[in-house]
Amino acid sequence: MRVQEAPFDFGAEAGRFAAAQDSAGAVVTFTGIVRDLPGGGLRAMEIEHYPGMTERAIAAIEAEAVSRWNLLDSLVIHRFGALPPGDVIMMVATAAPHRADAFAAAEFLMDYLKSRAPFWKKEITAEGAEWVAAREEDEDALRRW
Amino acid sequence: MIEVLYFAWVRERIGIPRETVETGAKTVAGLVDELRAREERYAAAFADTSALRVALDQELADFDASLKGVREVAFFPPMTGG
Repeated sequence: MRVQEAPFDFGAEAGRFAAAQDSAGAVVTFTGIVRDLPGGGLRAMEIEHYPGMTERAIAAIEAEAVSRWNLLDSLVIHRFGALPPGDVIMMVATAAPHRADAFAAAEFLMDYLKSRAPFWKKEITAEGAEWVAAREEDEDALRRW
Repeated sequence: MIEVLYFAWVRERIGIPRETVETGAKTVAGLVDELRAREERYAAAFADTSALRVALDQELADFDASLKGVREVAFFPPMTGG
């Protein structure tokens, strides 16, 4: 797992992750990108986090995924700092013998990272800055697991 | 002595990212009551604790949780990662 301010190349990361697997039959990756506001106008998405707890929370979420699915490996990279629209925010990758486990675990990781890893997003526009509110649906998404 | 950390709009409303607090509070809720009584900016940040989350030594916890042996308390809004 990596929590970093610097950009990363998700294609290269996915390639390295897949190449490191020797008994996987499936690798699933998800990449999150900074989305502009409808009609444009987003200058940056500023991401704050809680150093220390962030790493612990992600490690716990990954351990939970490994205990629930037949998973061989997982990878989480999450950025912080001021990110312009179009920038890659984060990625998850999972490797499993079969695709069902890899897909389910990747979705589980995403759902939990959204609401249980200590990151906070703030939208910066010409008009000012606004914290992104957590959505009810994101909390609901945890209940299906 | 306990380290108290604030994140996101809680940090902005209180005006500092962290502080060391001398407290006799037994629970998180007791600590919140002490902080609220300090100054208006604290009262504003802690006006509605249902809009807040708390972590004790970097693990999510409840507001009625005990502070016994706890070194670090963090207050923040619901998380928006991913």
